[in-house]
Amino acid sequence: MKKVLPVLVLAAIGMLLVLTVAEMPTFGDGQAPAHRGVMDKYLRDSAQDTGAINTIAAIILDYRAYDTLGEATVLFVAVLAVSAALYQGEHHA
Amino acid sequence: MHDMVLEVVNRLLLPFIQLFGMYILFHGHLSPGGGFSGGAVIGASLILYSLTFRFARVKHRLDHDTSVFFEAAGALIYVAIGFVGLFFGYNFLTNRGVFPLGVPGQLWSSGMILIITLALGAKVSGTILSLFQELLEGGSDEHGNP
Repeated sequence: MKKVLPVLVLAAIGMLLVLTVAEMPTFGDGQAPAHRGVMDKYLRDSAQDTGAINTIAAIILDYRAYDTLGEATVLFVAVLAVSAALYQGEHHA
Repeated sequence: MHDMVLEVVNRLLLPFIQLFGMYILFHGHLSPGGGFSGGAVIGASLILYSLTFRFARVKHRLDHDTSVFFEAAGALIYVAIGFVGLFFGYNFLTNRGVFPLGVPGQLWSSGMILIITLALGAKVSGTILSLFQELLEGGSDEHGNP
């Protein structure tokens, strides 16, 4: 009975994700927003906008810096999870 | 077990591995590389050090608290850099207008990208080493005893 609520919450989240995927442009679509100007802007302006001549660094650490912060948080949570899984409690020792 | 060949070879190799990791970190905005790959190289070198020189013997020099400290410090610096942008009236994690960009192509350029790369390097190497130590110790109680 206690498992009903987590299943419902997970189903709701999964529903949201599936709906989001359904809204995405189809694979290989030349008219997708990512293929209409963003790429040209990155290649043209990144050195001037960010001061980095490595365009990948300019994208992941400046234009998409918030996304990389999330990636760093994933690493943080991974260490937390391993810590929590291996924690043996105070009465064990 | 005390393996002399392993220890001598690693004494010679480790500085070069770590220097290469620092090179990847410091040139993250100039050439392929960056925080994640450079941090992985440095973390691997620290794991090699722990494995070669017996983790228990070098524990006083490279303990779990140190790796966790570097990991948390990297994350904290990243978020703090983001708030510097807010402080000057721009968006979270703004680069242009807040940090001096310098001349593109030089080592000391690109403002916050270099700082975040170094923070990410500290964080990733701390994460790798900390995971290794957690698995090696097999978990510990609240006093740190295995």
